[in-house]
Amino acid sequence: MRNTIRAGLLACLLPIPALAAEVSDFTLDNGLHLVVIEDHRAPVVVQMIWYRVGAADEPPGHSGIAHFFEHLMFKATDDLAAGEFSATVEAQGGEDNAFTSWDYTAYFQRVAADRLDLMMRLEAERMRDLVLTDEVVATERNVILEERAQRTDSDPGSLFSEQARAAQYLNHPYGIPIIGWRHEIEQLSRADAEAFYRTYYAPNNAVLIVAGDVDAKTVRAMANSHYGSIAPTFDLPPRARPQEPPQLAERRLEMRDERVSEPFLMRSYLAPARRTGDQKEAAALVYLAELLGGSGTTSLLAKRLQFENPKAVQAYAYYEGTALDSGSFGFGLMPLPGVAPAEAEAAMDAVIADFLATGPDPAAFDRIRTQLRASETYALDDVDGIARRYGAALATGLTVADVQEWPRVLQSVTPDDVMTVARKVLDRRQSVTGWLLPEEAAQ
Amino acid sequence: MKMLRLLILPLLLLAAPLRAEVAIQEVTSPGGIKAWLVEDHSIAFTALEIRFRGGTALDAPGKRGAVNLMTALIEEGAAEMDAQGFAEARDGLAAEFRFDSSVDSLGVSARMLTENRDRAAELLRLALTVPRFDADAVERVRGQVLANIRAGAKDPQVIAGQAFDALAFGDHPYGSSGDGTEASVTALTRDDIVAAHRATLARDRVVVAAVGDITPQALGALLDHLLAGLPATGAPLPGPAPVALTGGVTVQHFPTPQSVVIFGHEGIERTDPDYVAAYVLNEIIGGSRFSARLMTELREKRGLTYGVGTYLLDYDQADLIMGQFATDNRTAGAAIAVLRDEWAKAGQVTAEELAATKTYLTGAYPLRFDGNGPIAQVLVGMQMAGYSMDYPKTRNALIEAVTLDDLARVATRLFRPDALRVVVVGQPEGLAP
Repeated sequence: MRNTIRAGLLACLLPIPALAAEVSDFTLDNGLHLVVIEDHRAPVVVQMIWYRVGAADEPPGHSGIAHFFEHLMFKATDDLAAGEFSATVEAQGGEDNAFTSWDYTAYFQRVAADRLDLMMRLEAERMRDLVLTDEVVATERNVILEERAQRTDSDPGSLFSEQARAAQYLNHPYGIPIIGWRHEIEQLSRADAEAFYRTYYAPNNAVLIVAGDVDAKTVRAMANSHYGSIAPTFDLPPRARPQEPPQLAERRLEMRDERVSEPFLMRSYLAPARRTGDQKEAAALVYLAELLGGSGTTSLLAKRLQFENPKAVQAYAYYEGTALDSGSFGFGLMPLPGVAPAEAEAAMDAVIADFLATGPDPAAFDRIRTQLRASETYALDDVDGIARRYGAALATGLTVADVQEWPRVLQSVTPDDVMTVARKVLDRRQSVTGWLLPEEAAQ
Repeated sequence: MKMLRLLILPLLLLAAPLRAEVAIQEVTSPGGIKAWLVEDHSIAFTALEIRFRGGTALDAPGKRGAVNLMTALIEEGAAEMDAQGFAEARDGLAAEFRFDSSVDSLGVSARMLTENRDRAAELLRLALTVPRFDADAVERVRGQVLANIRAGAKDPQVIAGQAFDALAFGDHPYGSSGDGTEASVTALTRDDIVAAHRATLARDRVVVAAVGDITPQALGALLDHLLAGLPATGAPLPGPAPVALTGGVTVQHFPTPQSVVIFGHEGIERTDPDYVAAYVLNEIIGGSRFSARLMTELREKRGLTYGVGTYLLDYDQADLIMGQFATDNRTAGAAIAVLRDEWAKAGQVTAEELAATKTYLTGAYPLRFDGNGPIAQVLVGMQMAGYSMDYPKTRNALIEAVTLDDLARVATRLFRPDALRVVVVGQPEGLAP
């Protein structure tokens, strides 16, 4: 009860810029959810379509198909030649691209606001009418193998993250890499791609976000005319992924690579994600990450391990809470030369244990709250960023109201909330710890 | 949806580019500091971009890495505040400061809320004019820089870039990493850092842009307060950097599945009458769009790479055209052959390619003016490049005026297959000796 009163008080004292005012949303008859964000400062619009399908929805043994499909969406449809989609956007002076995560696959175009109608026509066209050939699939599979070679196989840090993530999830498909395991990418076929497309690329599995110099009524009519007649997938499977069993045993791993120069520790814990109508724990975890390892100067880990009794070149904490099934919390640590990995890790764990015993410094807590409030002002400068907030949230089970409530939930967090969630999450038995080391014996 | 193509075509023909409509004012502070300002009071903060010409190229002989280390130390304590005290004060105001050094400049980026702008600016002033460079801060940040340098020595991307720079510029500061080497950074003293600060941050080389919730009067007063404590003049800027590249292939073996390929030769000056034509031609050949030629040939048709791009590198004292891609070791030879082939054909541009590239460039340009932060960055970049305030209004007309003849003429200077130096890091196969 005290928390509630305090939250009300804060809302009066610290007005939060109203992101909510210019946002409206509708659902078309075929299930397409439309969100319009008005910002008239520049004559620009971004259209983003978020499909509620990602790497964690892939059939077992076919890792990488969601990301592979993201690439294939730029190929030919029954009415557009290969490359014509992007060429048309470019001819309008627009930018277009796409990205894939575990929970979603999203496509966007940024153009002058008066070109929105054409962008919708193009995006609606490829929702159902893509036409794949074996040759297109084979060439693009090579591109993706090169992408994997460039971004993962050439970087021991990425390879190790992939291993650590796989160790974190015993049963949930969050443990597979978005780009896919190499041996499974090599086997992805046209038939895999077509089955995936027919099922998941449908209006009732998508969120359309239009943000910029537009008005909601016009956008709604435009969306209806372009997307309204597209048939939904009637047997859309529920997003019921295999869930994690309780973690009872700490997991540890060690990898050596001759391309590594500095030892590096990664520690992760499963953590609650934002839940619709219930974002309090997630908000408290945002504070926890900031307090422990947000700033490279003033966070507790930085103070203790880089300033007072130097053991680390770098130490940080993170929390990722916008996810359908589970969030994650973690730490990264690079020991100073001459400090043994075990010594650095013990020092880090001592800082965490101290925090659990004594709680946050009130001044540090207030600074974080101030920065979170200010970040809402700065966020108004970036309408694409606001569009992404809505897209990521709506693709992971949250609502427009949850997104609008989130800044207020953040302002209402108390030190007690942080300690409660800290004790719940920061349990070594529920963690994965990995060391990435140079090829020779560690210093 | 069979009608789609017919419906799209008329729109393509009618598409007229947006105009980049930003009202830039020139502000001269009472103390004589000039700045470009776009006033926009819709969001209660100001984005400020400051550049000091010079950057890491101002490192004194034998002191490689001094400007970079100094820049990283600017926010590690000032006046009465140590590093912790400074960071706490900054975070308490929710102000954001970023300091970074590049080859030709030292950059300061700030975002300050209107509600406490004066206090935020005062903190920034202290950081710029009376940084402490405490011994413990120097050691801590030096450790971070050294860790970066050691990691870079095992990163094929970094190895390739440094090998290319060394071939191009030899002993000139452009020829080596501004981060310095393990040996040079280890040897730097606090005096070296103080000297780098004195040489780099001076009023005779400052360039400023501000966008957001601030009036010209308030900006003028803020700039005088911020910068008056800096010396009037700094160290002389470095002299011309002759480009020493010759045509050929340099291979550096490295245990990695993919070869990193960096290539280029001397480019064209920004003040050259053919610069705009060169810019358009570079976009046609090596733009990052799927329809640019190298992307089409290497990625879309052959699946040899995830991405390839070229760019005109306009250093203050040298000009290059450069590009890079990564490809499987087994296909390195084949991919480089395609690259050479495209380099040789750069003079043969079709009217359709030119028209499509013009619509893209002219349409995309106004999209850059999107938000206070991005506009401030564009405006400070324009001043660094020597453009006038009306450039956003005239820029698209310059692009429109480029003809096929212009491209053919500039192609002989900009794409010279015999002069192309290709640096490969990896275990490449199929390369001609």
